[in-house]
Formats: sequence, structure tokens, C-alpha cells
Amino acid sequence: MKFAVPAFPGSNCDYDMVNALRDILNVPADLVSAQATNLEGYDAVVLPGGFSYGDYLRSGAIARFSPVMAAVKDFAATGKPVLGICNGFQILTEAGLLPGTLQANRSAQFICQTSELIIRNPSTMFTTAYGNQTKISLPIAHGEGNYYCDAHTLAELRTHHQIVFEYVDNPNGSVANIAGIMNRQGNVLGMMPHPERAVETILGSTAGLGIFQSLLSHQREGVHA
Amino acid sequence: MTYLAKVTVTYKESILDPKGEAINDALHRLGYGNVQSVEMGKYFELKVTGNGQPIEAQVDEMCDRLLANVNMETYQIKIVEVED
Repeated sequence: MKFAVPAFPGSNCDYDMVNALRDILNVPADLVSAQATNLEGYDAVVLPGGFSYGDYLRSGAIARFSPVMAAVKDFAATGKPVLGICNGFQILTEAGLLPGTLQANRSAQFICQTSELIIRNPSTMFTTAYGNQTKISLPIAHGEGNYYCDAHTLAELRTHHQIVFEYVDNPNGSVANIAGIMNRQGNVLGMMPHPERAVETILGSTAGLGIFQSLLSHQREGVHA
Repeated sequence: MTYLAKVTVTYKESILDPKGEAINDALHRLGYGNVQSVEMGKYFELKVTGNGQPIEAQVDEMCDRLLANVNMETYQIKIVEVED
């Protein structure tokens, strides 16, 4: 299974992501330019965290028009996994691949801490490896992680089990304590917490590994099916 | 013909504006207790060359696609003709 990690000007979690995949999970992963126009040969895409294009205008607003995002849209349409972390989540909402918007934290402060999450949907291609585990703790680090959507969209998210992660203790004012959602097809996940920062004991936690292990076993099952 | 499009983007009413609230609090600390609320928005000036297409519609599309996030923002456009 080969991962593409598009790096935008201002991304700053791109190398952490590649490191987690290559050195910890031993799977091939490439940094891909924001100017790339195709993602052929890749089995999954991870949009990393950071401040793409300086977060000018709105987080993710400029990145969504970079050439690689047209390729990511086509890639997502084939049903292959796309994961957006933090700024990656913001880009996915701006691009219309996920509903809603990430707005400024209610406190107007940048929040950097470990947050406990409820795994609301344990049977997605991103969460199966957590088995019966119902909660995990992951680092969060964002100024604009306050998920907003209208009541109709929220009802849709609930009906189709698209809410994947919820905060136990809502740090930023997100609607319905939302920390991560996926599209209705279940192959595009956006989340504010950083699983790539929780992949080694020396980092304090390995709770993020399950996301990537879930994708790897999803891919293996797909091949044998 | 050259036009100046003046675009103001503001949050929809239901949307929380923590920056506006922080500015409101700061004004109160400065003694302006009669300030009831502050809403912080964005202002853009676009110098646009006329191309025979309705200019208003073009700027409207730019707002929908990029300048505003219509999930949570609303916008107003004023267009004036300027010297080339």
C-alpha cells in the first residue's frame, strides 16, 4: 500500500506524516508537490496539518485550488481512502469533499493539548483496528478547529454514521463535540486531532497508529476479496 | 473600462465571532462601555478590467468560489467605475 502526502507551501506536519508511515509503519510514502496533477500509483492520500498558504483568507481556502486538489477529488471519487488531518481537514471542507466548516475556536485561543476522543463509528476503514476500544487520546493543536454545520447537515451526518470521532470534553466549541467526520461513502475522513504525532512510545502515545493500521488491513482485505 | 469592486465579507448572524468578541471586550476595557457589539469582517478591493460580461455577476461568482465561505459568511458588493 503506497501513500501520497501532498505538501503545500506552509504545511508543517508533512514530514511527521511521512516519518510515521515510512519509519514506524514500514509502508512506502511519498511527499507530493501541491503542483502535482495526478496521483496514479497511490492507494491512499493523507493531507497533512500546517498552515497552507499561510491560512490567508481562510484555512484551506487557497490550498483547495492548488492543482493537486483536483487530483485528490478524482482520487476520492474512485473510493480510495483520503485522510485530512487538522489543516488537511480544513482543506477538505473548503474543497467540498466534506460538509461544514472549521471556524475559530470558541475561546479565540490556539489550543495545544491531548484530548480524549470517543470512537463514534468503529467500523470505518479508518477505525477497525481499534477493535472494542471505545476511546483514544490524541494530540490536538489548532486555532480553527471549531466544527460548524447547520442543523440539517448535522442530522444527515448522524443518519449516515459519518461522525467518526467526538471529543469527550469539547475544547473548541465544535457542534455536537465533533472531532472528525467522513463523507457518506466512507472513504474521506477529516479530523482535527493528530494521529501522526502519536505513533511512538517515546512521543508519549501510540494511540494514532490504529488509523493507519486500519487502512492497511482494509487494503489487504480488498486485495484478497 | 476599469472597475473597482468593493467586497465586504461578514459572518452570518448565527456564526460565532470570537475575534469580534475579543475586540468588543478590549473596547470596554478602554472605557467605551457603550459599545454593544463588534463584528469583524473582511474587506477586498478588486480592480477588474471590463470584458463585455456583466461585472457584477463575475464578482458574485468570485465571492461564492473563493472570497467567502457561504457556509458561514455573507457578502456585499459595490462596484464603481475608475480611471484606466
